Amino acid sequence: MLLGSIFKTPEKFSVYYHLALAEAISMTAGSMFIVVIISSFMGAVTTLNTAYQLTTGLLPSSIIGSVVSVSTLLELAPTVMSFILTGRIGSNIASQIGTMRVTEQIDALEVMGINSSGYLIIPRIAAGLISFPILVTISAFLCTLGGMIAGYVSGEVTPYDYTLGIQTYYDPYQVVVMYVKSVVFGFIITSVAAYHGYYTQGGALEVGRSATKAVVYGCLTMVFADYMVAQLLL
Amino acid sequence: MSIEVRNIKKAFGDKEVLKGIDMMFERGKVNMIIGASGSGKSVLMKSIVGLLEPDSGKVLYEGQNFYEKDHREKREIRKNIGMLFQGSALFDSMTVEQNISFPIKMFDRKKPEEIRERVAFCLERVNLSGSEKLFPAELSGGMQKRVGIARAIAMNPDYLFVDEPNSGLDPLTASVVDKLIYRLTQEFNMTTLVVSHDLNSVMNIGDNIMFLYKGKKAWQGSNKEVLHPNCPPLEEFIFVSDLIDREARAVK
Repeated sequence: MLLGSIFKTPEKFSVYYHLALAEAISMTAGSMFIVVIISSFMGAVTTLNTAYQLTTGLLPSSIIGSVVSVSTLLELAPTVMSFILTGRIGSNIASQIGTMRVTEQIDALEVMGINSSGYLIIPRIAAGLISFPILVTISAFLCTLGGMIAGYVSGEVTPYDYTLGIQTYYDPYQVVVMYVKSVVFGFIITSVAAYHGYYTQGGALEVGRSATKAVVYGCLTMVFADYMVAQLLL
Repeated sequence: MSIEVRNIKKAFGDKEVLKGIDMMFERGKVNMIIGASGSGKSVLMKSIVGLLEPDSGKVLYEGQNFYEKDHREKREIRKNIGMLFQGSALFDSMTVEQNISFPIKMFDRKKPEEIRERVAFCLERVNLSGSEKLFPAELSGGMQKRVGIARAIAMNPDYLFVDEPNSGLDPLTASVVDKLIYRLTQEFNMTTLVVSHDLNSVMNIGDNIMFLYKGKKAWQGSNKEVLHPNCPPLEEFIFVSDLIDREARAVK
């Protein structure tokens, strides 16, 4: 119902365009630090974990590169990173909109004749659809790079073997799956958070509860969506 | 440019808040709805501006029922409405200038210079010239109310709604805000509707006063008649306020 209401009496396109652009820049730039740090270490740990399991010596060390790259493209970059971003972006959206609700700012928009749900939610969903694929792309790159550096530093795999492993098992379809997931998760996180923020009732305590609900329900919906996408595309 | 409500009813679950209210709000006057907490004042105002749809009854803007209009027609009516909220409801992330220019940018195709002129004009009307670049968090409660009024008149509305203008303000600042509302109502010839339980405010600016009691209109009259209302609930309401003391001091 909320998604239906946001398209009733929409505002000028330029209004949404500017708001979505500003929101996307804020989302992307604001999440960059956490994406860089977590992705790099995620790749490094995956490399070390994979190397630890290759104890037989029957498998070439290049397999580490392929395991890291496939894991990164299918799960680590789109899904794990989206879980982390739910905490940052989802709670941020829910608390922003929730605060506007309890301080009557949303009522002020309505009285002015502005479709408040459309004005507040469309730009945020659009920003999610723009920034999530960008953040996931950066995450995938850094995760793979982090894995290579960790392999080199620990002496488990040379950069040459690591790259060879990536090239051997690379399938462009995995990239398609990664982008489909990033778009789906971007939509889920922003829309679930906006929903909980928009229907906040009460005061500061309820704003906090809305932010918590946005993260919890966002993660639960993502788990389900992750399974559905995997089932449909793989 | 008047507003009329006919037989408005609103209930939340089993609790009937508005039990069939008929009222007429006149142009160029400060129409005040007064009553104790929980009497239904704010629910009535929210029903009139379209924030809470009543269960039954009509809200007529110039004879046109607001709730029979489609979204676009409602938007046209709302462009003529300015509202000051109890907590001012200024947009935190915007400066004073951006707050006031917000409705203009959303609905008018004015040049940036024209918008700046309009913002300066509105701020000048509320005696806050020069505060364009400040954020709401940098303003006092009284200043926030005045910026809220400036934003409410930015689109040159026909109707001004004010919810508890004096809540959280000291008596002196409250008086300044009251006078401002009265002066702007006269200047722009607006239909102003104020919800309040502050009897000082009622005496200062109330041209047309309606007293709500348990969800019904119990009394209507002017600020000259309100001290002798012949309405027991209103007499009790006045008695417990400090108005009696004020009158006694004036007699002495």
